[in-house]
This record gives sequence, C-alpha cells and structure tokens, in this order.
Amino acid sequence: MSEVRDTWRKPPFIASPLLRYGLYAAVAIYFVFTLVTLPIDWDRVADGMTRAQRIFSGAFPPSFERSGLLIDGFLESLKIAILATVGGIALSVPLAFMAASNISIKPIYFLGRGIIIVARSFHPVIVAIIFVKAVGFGPFAGALTLVVYSIGFVAKLLAERIEEIDFGQVEAMRAAGAGFIPTLAYAVMPQIMPRLVGLGIYQLDSNLRASAVVGIVGAGGIGATLANAFGRYDYDFALAITMVIVGVILVSEAVSGFVRKRIA
Amino acid sequence: MMSTQPLQNTLDHWSRFTLRQRLMRYGGLALTLLVVSWALSSIDVIWAWVWDAPSQMGDLFGRMMPPDPSNLPSILEAIWQTVNIATLATMIAVVVSLPVAYIAAQNTTPNKAALWVGRFILVSSRSVNTIIWALLFVAIFGPGIVAGIVAIMFRSIGFLGKLLGEAIEEIDRKPVEALEACGASRFKVVLYGIVPQVMPAFFAVAILRWDINLRESTVLGLVGAGGIGMILQGAIDTFNWPEVSMVLLTILALVVFGEVVSSYLRKKIL
Amino acid sequence: MLKISKLTKRYGSGDPVLKELDLTVEGDQLTSVIGSSGAGKSTLLRCINRLVEPTSGSVDLNGTEFTTLNRRELRAARRRIGMVFQSFNLIDRLTVMENVQSGRLGYISTWAALTRRYPRDDIRHAYELMERVGIAHYANKRADELSGGERQRVGVVRALMQRPEILLADEPTASLDPKTSEQIMSLLRDLASELKLPVIINIHNVTEAKEYSDRIVGMRYGRIIFDDLPAQLGKAEMDEIYAGVPAEDRAQVGAAA
Repeated sequence: MSEVRDTWRKPPFIASPLLRYGLYAAVAIYFVFTLVTLPIDWDRVADGMTRAQRIFSGAFPPSFERSGLLIDGFLESLKIAILATVGGIALSVPLAFMAASNISIKPIYFLGRGIIIVARSFHPVIVAIIFVKAVGFGPFAGALTLVVYSIGFVAKLLAERIEEIDFGQVEAMRAAGAGFIPTLAYAVMPQIMPRLVGLGIYQLDSNLRASAVVGIVGAGGIGATLANAFGRYDYDFALAITMVIVGVILVSEAVSGFVRKRIA
Repeated sequence: MMSTQPLQNTLDHWSRFTLRQRLMRYGGLALTLLVVSWALSSIDVIWAWVWDAPSQMGDLFGRMMPPDPSNLPSILEAIWQTVNIATLATMIAVVVSLPVAYIAAQNTTPNKAALWVGRFILVSSRSVNTIIWALLFVAIFGPGIVAGIVAIMFRSIGFLGKLLGEAIEEIDRKPVEALEACGASRFKVVLYGIVPQVMPAFFAVAILRWDINLRESTVLGLVGAGGIGMILQGAIDTFNWPEVSMVLLTILALVVFGEVVSSYLRKKIL
Repeated sequence: MLKISKLTKRYGSGDPVLKELDLTVEGDQLTSVIGSSGAGKSTLLRCINRLVEPTSGSVDLNGTEFTTLNRRELRAARRRIGMVFQSFNLIDRLTVMENVQSGRLGYISTWAALTRRYPRDDIRHAYELMERVGIAHYANKRADELSGGERQRVGVVRALMQRPEILLADEPTASLDPKTSEQIMSLLRDLASELKLPVIINIHNVTEAKEYSDRIVGMRYGRIIFDDLPAQLGKAEMDEIYAGVPAEDRAQVGAAA
C-alpha cells in the first residue's frame, strides 16, 4: 500500500445522495407539516386535563355494584362469539376451497378472493354499523358482523393452507376414480383439519375480543354495556367493565394458546 | 400417539382412532353442540327479524346503489386525515415502544421490577381496544384528530413493544458475548450487538402496525376521534346511503393501497 | 505474563469443572490447550476474562488481579485481552469495518460509536491489520457475505484492534474446513511472533496443535495432566488425556471420596 488510508465512511443505505437527502427531507417536511397543522385547541386540551382528572377520580374505585348487568353483557358477548365462530367457519370452508388456486377454477377463484378481501378490509366496527342499520340493534347484528370478521381471517389462512397441501394425495384419489367431493373429503380435508381446528380456537378468542368493541356501536354484548356506562358518566362502572374485559381477554388468550398447543 | 389397545386376534376390523381418541372426538363434538345450542337458545334476538334479515340487507344494498361521488372532495380530505392519523401515531408509538421493549425483554431488562413494569404497560395497552382508548381520549381532548392519534398510539405501543421484545429475546447472544469480552460499555453493547440484530424485525413490525393502524383509523370517527369515520357516521345518520357506499368504496381503496405500500416497503427494506 | 493459580469453577452445586488449576503463559508463546469435550477447556478460557465468573483462585495479567475487579474496572481490564471465538461471533448485519472497529468500543466515545466516525488512528490500524490478514478489500462488505475463513480473520483483526496483551482463541478453527483451518492456525502463530503476543488456543485437532504450537497443555476433567513441548506428546500421553469420558472420571472421583 502506497497511500495511508485513515478515513472510512459507512456506505449509506441509499447510494444516490440526491435520493437519500430528498427522502430525509420529505419525511421531515411531512412530519413537521402534519404536526404543525394538527388542529390542537390548547384551551380545550387544558380543559381536557381537568376533565381527565374528573374521569379518573370518578372512575376510582371501580364499582362492581351492578355486576348483574356486567355478567349479562359478558354472557351475551360469549354467545355472540360462539355463534359467529361456528357460522364463520361453516362459511369459511367452502370459501377457502373457492379461493385456493390449486383446487379452484379461475372465475370461482377470483370470486372467492374478492369476498375474502372485502371481508378483511372493513373494520368490524364499520361492518357492525351497517348491520345495525340493516337488522336493528342487538346481538344479531353483532353475530353477523363477527361472521364477516371470521371469514376474512379463517378463509384466508385456510385457503393458504389448502394451497400448500401435498397434491400427490389428490392425484392418488383421482387416479382411483373418486369424484370431486370424495376427493376433497379424503385427500384434502385430513390435511387441513388440524389447521382448521387451530384457526377456529384462535378465532373464538379474537371474536370474543371484537365483540367487546362492536357493542359500542350498538351490536350487543359487553361493549354496549360499556358504551352505556360511559355515556351516562358512570366512570366507576366503565372502569370495572374495562378491567373485567382485560381480565377475560388475558384468560381467553391463555386458554386458547394452551388448547392450540395441546392440539398441535 | 401410542395405542394402548391389545393387539386384536382377528384382523378384520380397522378404525382410524383408538377407543379413547374416538371418545375424545365425540366428546369434543358433543360439547361444541351443547355450547352452540345453549348460545342459540338463550341469545336475546327477535327471530322474526332474523328471518327478515336477507330482505332487509338486500333493501339496504339497493338503496346504496349507485354510489354518490358528489361529496368526494371532502371524503378524500378525510381519507388524507386518516392516513395522517395512522402515520403519525405509528411513528410516535415506534419511538415510545423502544424503551418499553427493552425493559420488557428478559435478556435486556435491568431488573425484575422493570421487567414487570414493562410487561404491565404492554398488557394494558394491548388488552384495551383502540375504540375504547378513543372513547377515553375523546372525553379528555374533545372530539377530533388529536384524540384519534393518541388512541392509536396507546394501542400500538403494546403491539410494537411485545413483538420487539420478542425479537430482542430471540437475538443471537454470541456477538454480545464478543463485545462484552472487548470491554465495551452496556450502551455500546446494545448499540452494536443488539440494535443491528433487531433492525429487520423493527422495520417489519413498524410497517405491519402501520398497515393495521390504517384500518383502525377508519373507525375512529365513529366515536368522534377524527378521520373518514366522521363522514361515514354523518352519512349514516342522515340516511344518505349512496354517500355511505361511496365512503365504503374509498375505505376499500385505502386499505388495498395500504397493503400494496406496506408489502412494497417490506420487500425494499428486508 | 498471565499467571493463573488455584483457579476453581463450579456451576451450581455440582462437581467443579476446574479444580485448583495453575497455568502460566508468557512471552510470544503459542500455547494449545487440548482435551476431550467437557474437560473444562472453554471454561478455563472464559474464566480468564470473566465471561464466566470463577468460583475461587487468582488470574493475574501483568500485575492486574482480575478476580477482584468491580464491573467498571473489569471492562477496562478486558480491553487488554483479545478473544477469538469458534463461531466468530461477528455482528452479521454490520460491515467488516464496523465489526473490526467494535474491538475499540471500550476506547472511543459513545458519539463516535453511534455515528461510526472512528478515530483516524484506529482506521489506519484497522486497514494495516486487515491488509496483513488479507481482508482489506472487504471493508465495506457485510460480515455475513464472507466465507468462514474470512469471517474468522475479521474476528482475529477485531481482537487485535484492542492492542491486547494476550490473545485467547476458543476453538478458532472448529467451524472451518481443514485447509482454511490450517491457514488460520499459521496466521495465529505468525501474529504471535510478529506482535510479541502470547496466544492461548483451545483446540480439538491434536495434529494441528502439535504442528503450530510452542507448548501443549493437556486437560482432563478440570486438571492439567500434561504441560510440555509438542514433541513430548506421544501416544501414551494422548491416551492419558483422551481416555475415558467425563462421566467415568466423575464416578471414579466419587468412588475415591
């Protein structure tokens, strides 16, 4: 070596300096601009602090006086979650077959995928609002919402599992002269069954969580109880409900994790 | 699974499962049926409405057609607001979740007390849904985008912190050992030994959460916390169904856009 | 000079892995430690810089007693001991230069470490060493893009960047193919004499150990039972070192007690 090398720079992640600094500048400008243009009403925020204080002082200690309402709300959430899971899975299985590219034919495949995308795209709360308008307040709207929610998740993952199956078994069944439905029943179902059961248990857990939320817009369950308590400024009852929701979610997560581990 | 049955004398009988397995399967099935029939029989619905539901749905759908784009400018403005809520909240939450993840990971936490504080933050943030956070912050900050940003942020911290904490727990300890052997300080060990290892997970998790937040931001408006949900609520309240369907289409476009962008970023960065 | 005396290490309440072990290394000797798996070779090396905390005994490097240092003092003292690992222990996603400079982390400011603005002297030193071991052209490559032999060279340079007073190598060639393994061994031997650096190597491959070392130490079940020139290591000594399994050794000790 003739020259002495005593400087070194880490090669930048983006080689072109123009692009690199341009990107940094764009991010910085976006961040500053959106932050500055945020409609923050500082008086309102200051006012909000006293409100926050009122909410929190009103919330402590949590009140379990009306635990009857709380238990009813929860049982309703549980029923909604169970029915929606069963209904969702019943619809997800045919839909998953429709949306599996290795089983299905093209037009049916696109139809299946389209339904799944739409079911996945809308937040359950939006779906709930629409159903509440269509079929009225109450748990039925909640159950319909969570059926849609379940389809978006279960059918998508189930379709992916079907696409991964060992296709040799299907060919063997076809070679033995079996029809379409027996082929599915003997060559595909056994391969996807463990995944389906796992997804079902997972979805029951997610539906229970979601049912606590969709109730806020009128679709029944514990969410409705919570929204009512909040609306009537019963912050102590609202806190009690929230605490129970958190507790139930933790328990249901643990149970679902345990059961899935045992099955797998 | 081991079969505990004695070998049968005559081999003219075959069944896929042992007696115990079959009993467990039938038991599981019976239990499911029992639970479902309990739920069906006791749920508080008016069955007449249920049988009526398909025609009601069809009716509503009919009123939604065709979508009405006349209010598109304000819809697009609300969509832009929604994107901002999701993006700002994700950015802030990512920064806040870093120290939480650090103290909530078993191999980096300074002590047991910090570990439990970290876990408590993660669990309480994660267990309370965005909408419930939003209810609280609308009550505090008043209706508007700020409550939405804070709500999304509070919910995201738990998600990001949990996944980042898991990434920290899964790192390869060997480079860390090497740096400790060099006599580097704790902070520098983290900087050189841990940060580069969790970097990919960090970006992947942030992008994933941004995608989720985009969806969550669409409903904030329903409880008054800003974004496209406000317009949706307004249109529903005034029975302006063609506008409702227009808003729904825009939300669909937004979500698809979010998925395209996030999968592009994932590919670009990893 | 590294002087180890009466070093004992016991994990939990089990039998000690190192039993009142004495060892002195000085000059620019290359010392190989051999012995079957579980003999305590790796524990011995890690007790020297306290990556493993010794139970009792003393480790003295050029007048510094290591076993009594507090955390801050230990960090400063560790800078004087370079270490090379079996699986290289590089930071995969960083460049070779950053990996090499991480050997200097104990010396540079946090800001310099964060912004990767390393001192000029360190960069020059790094290029010299990388040139010496033949990896200078990889400075900007990510460590995980290199082959095994190249990665171990990065590991060696990182250790040498510390300007250590002694170099410890824990099975440095066990993850390498035979040819690369010999290259690394001869590199270590040459560096020992060029830099006047004592080197201690844990090694499984006895042939390599005999070929490249100035001195061979044989360990069996936490004790040194052979310590001499490579030429003195004959069949009988080998049998003695590698005979039996640790479990049997343990059983014998139990029977004697």
